[in-house]
Amino acid sequence: MTTTAAGAGPKAAPAGVDDFDADAPYRISGSVSVRPESFGALVYDFHTRRLSFLKTRALVRVVEALADQPDVHGALEVAEVPAHQRQQYLKALAGLAKAGTIQPRSTTEGDTTS
Amino acid sequence: MKLVEHFVEGLTSPICLTWELTYACNLSCVHCLSSSGRRDPNELSTDEAKAVIDELQRMQVFYVNIGGGEPTVRSDFWELLDYAIAHDVGVKFSTNGVKLDKARAAQLAATDYVDVQISLDGATAEVNDHVRGPGSYATAIRAMENLYEAGFGQFKISVVVTRHNVDQLDDFKAIADRYGAQLRITRFRPSGRGADSWDELHPTREQQRQLYDWLVARGEDVLTGDSFFHLSAFGEELPGLNLCGAGRVVCLIDPVGDVYACPFAIHEQFLAGNVRSEGGFTTVWQDSELFAELRGPQSGGACTKCSHYDACQGGCMAAKFFTGLPLDGPDPECVLGNGERELAKLEMDAVIPKPSLDHSHRTSPQKKDAGGPVPLTLSVRRPDRACDSDPLAGEGTRLPAGIRVG
Repeated sequence: MTTTAAGAGPKAAPAGVDDFDADAPYRISGSVSVRPESFGALVYDFHTRRLSFLKTRALVRVVEALADQPDVHGALEVAEVPAHQRQQYLKALAGLAKAGTIQPRSTTEGDTTS
Repeated sequence: MKLVEHFVEGLTSPICLTWELTYACNLSCVHCLSSSGRRDPNELSTDEAKAVIDELQRMQVFYVNIGGGEPTVRSDFWELLDYAIAHDVGVKFSTNGVKLDKARAAQLAATDYVDVQISLDGATAEVNDHVRGPGSYATAIRAMENLYEAGFGQFKISVVVTRHNVDQLDDFKAIADRYGAQLRITRFRPSGRGADSWDELHPTREQQRQLYDWLVARGEDVLTGDSFFHLSAFGEELPGLNLCGAGRVVCLIDPVGDVYACPFAIHEQFLAGNVRSEGGFTTVWQDSELFAELRGPQSGGACTKCSHYDACQGGCMAAKFFTGLPLDGPDPECVLGNGERELAKLEMDAVIPKPSLDHSHRTSPQKKDAGGPVPLTLSVRRPDRACDSDPLAGEGTRLPAGIRVG
């Protein structure tokens, strides 16, 4: 399990959700749980009760890599997303940030408690 | 492969799961899909129920829809609720409100990751109590007031649409608005005691159209549990999965641990296994022959020749089964009338399947005009056929209710 409801703190609206910044560090939100499936993953936000889908396995790798990378580009790199697909992935990630599935974290690398 | 095709083939765990905690109920609703009333002596114990929760946590089943019977009459209900939430299994429970006094409402308001669904089948006491029993309207309204005053936030009001209340949809919405609640309407099915009240209560063909038009016009923030997909043949597809999720993305665990393909299919033909057996629920979900069959190619029979087949997929398995129609035949409420035509053709002596279990109270049936003492009791329960959560996800279209897949 990646993150769990038990790990969720009181949730403030994450800063900068409307202006996704691929040069900044992100992580999976504390109230979100990711369940691997053959197509990618199911994502459930215990806070908003919203169920959503990560439709490729590469996108799952990207999302899971976010917490350990200094910025979003680093996560795309680690997940081996081909260069020609990165724009599409950034768009998907911006959508996930807007929905609160992922959120900015403090610049300390690997920090998961922002 | 499209996402919906993955759903058809089944997922590693259910997306959502209905768990009837008990067959005991203080009510005796005439349309109860689980024929509830009396507690089953073989009910899962507290420890067994906790073991199921542990398993759901391991399988990452994000939340369960708890019902019954009336789940809150189990003395360990609140303990199990807390246990589930502490183990990353969110809970949405359906209740008739009988135990939701001010203290419980305050307790629930202070609990994260719990959703409450109050069952109401009439926007007036007259319409509601005819189906759910005397006093049940007042009980439900009192529970809503308590939740509202406790600051619970957005609970849900769950309505089974019937011939008697289909004209009250706007009134239900008004009640929901009054208490800051969200309206949820679902399809009536001939399951459990619903088989006995089907002819009287299921909406007429004209009312199906009326319901469809209402959903299109007003349904945006109304939840439906994806249960009206058979109406999509009227025109545009309704939001949601538009697919029978039985054994694919949903299932039912009953009070004694039996696992059925869906909450409306409590019959041995749809029994996949028991959580008490070796390997537990996980093995039932992943290895049962029944579920493998439901995840395989389905025969749509004559319906596949219909131009609306893509929209309705032949309708609801349980509705066909309990009205005596073949599973590859039309839905009894097929909007083109094919179901009615097939039903008319059924032989007088056709054997219509009965539910395998009946926990109804052994009191005499409630009489409409009886002036004397009223058999008190009814049952509550609204199962949850599909998930209410919005999917969405990078690419999908965000829709108000149900799983929408691109």
